[in-house]
Amino acid sequence: MRGDRRLFSELDFAVSPGTLVQLTGPNGSGKTSLLRILCGLLAPAEGEVKWQGANIRSLGEEYFTSVTYLGHRHGVKDELSAVENLRISNALNGIEVSKQRARAVLEQMGLAGRELLPARLLSEGQRRRVALARLLVCDTTLWLLDEVMTSLDKGAVALVRSLIENHLANGGIAFVATHQELGLPDTLTRRLELTT
Amino acid sequence: MLRWIVWRDLMLAWRRRADMLSTVFFFVIVVSLFPFGIGPETELLRKIAPGVVWVAALLASMLSLSRMFANDYQDGTLEQLLLTPQPLYLVVLGKTLAHWIIAEVPLVLIAPLVGAQFDLSNETLALLFVSLLVGTPVLSLIGSVGAALTLGLRGGGVLISILVLPLYIPALIFGAGAVEASIMGLSPAPHLYLLGAFAIVSAIFSPWAAAAGLRISLE
Repeated sequence: MRGDRRLFSELDFAVSPGTLVQLTGPNGSGKTSLLRILCGLLAPAEGEVKWQGANIRSLGEEYFTSVTYLGHRHGVKDELSAVENLRISNALNGIEVSKQRARAVLEQMGLAGRELLPARLLSEGQRRRVALARLLVCDTTLWLLDEVMTSLDKGAVALVRSLIENHLANGGIAFVATHQELGLPDTLTRRLELTT
Repeated sequence: MLRWIVWRDLMLAWRRRADMLSTVFFFVIVVSLFPFGIGPETELLRKIAPGVVWVAALLASMLSLSRMFANDYQDGTLEQLLLTPQPLYLVVLGKTLAHWIIAEVPLVLIAPLVGAQFDLSNETLALLFVSLLVGTPVLSLIGSVGAALTLGLRGGGVLISILVLPLYIPALIFGAGAVEASIMGLSPAPHLYLLGAFAIVSAIFSPWAAAAGLRISLE
């Protein structure tokens, strides 16, 4: 429920490890709301979300050790450099990243030579890459990615695809809200289409 | 974990030093307006000094409160902070501590200097410093609740003042009261103890209330 409007009801599904769930649907159909419910930022009006059999509300902070959520707002601080952004956001999640490791990861994301610039000097797509670099460092099982492909070039989209592929191969679960075809094998992909 | 949040906020504040300085300048200017307005009546100035400095500190902290969570809210880092595997209570406590260091400590340090315009004795100036040191954490703590509740609202800045300033009154009474007591030759200790107790109580309850406010604001 958003305001007075019911976005979706009778939604019932279970996802097993190694699965990609691609969320599609017209603007305003509730893709973002569903992802925010799944990560616990938004409480569902009815029903519950369970993680390994337990309601995520009762799991509390423990649940967040298994989840990485990337929203359409990047979560990248303009005043900090890419390296600082990456190190701090991971440190707050309990993962210490050394400077060398942060540089290596950012280089992998195609940001070589720009690691030390304040993020406000980076382009939209580059900032998105800084946010996505977190996926290379985190060790969470559930990824919730909200429109992360916007403003990315072809190379970066391919990079994200390979990241997700790796993640699934390691028994991870990914929810991706996007209209772009990810081009992953159909055996791994489930599609969830929301309607207005 | 707490130290990372504090360190992060201090670094961000350092990169935006102008914001920090504007609060300090506001405080200095408001306090200095009174001696100019009233003229060289030292008796009267001495009498109003504790109240004026304390009220100016309250108003100056209003300036920085709306920024406490708003910047993080806009770029999405606040969402990420809510999703970190640690109690939100600690996150808020860390941000409040950082706010105190960034916005209040400079005022505490400069207060004896601006207080000198009111012809106060050295002893009274020292007490002004101590009372602000004990009392300003209250401003950050209670302010964090107001900042969390008004997050994302239009005209949130004014709303914070309306919500928070009345709650500052006990701190104002005991803080200014301690300095007044010393001017009159009485012991300031009872006032300071009460102010300290108020600070401890708000340190226990405010982060919890602000955390609940943040959850609501981000839904």
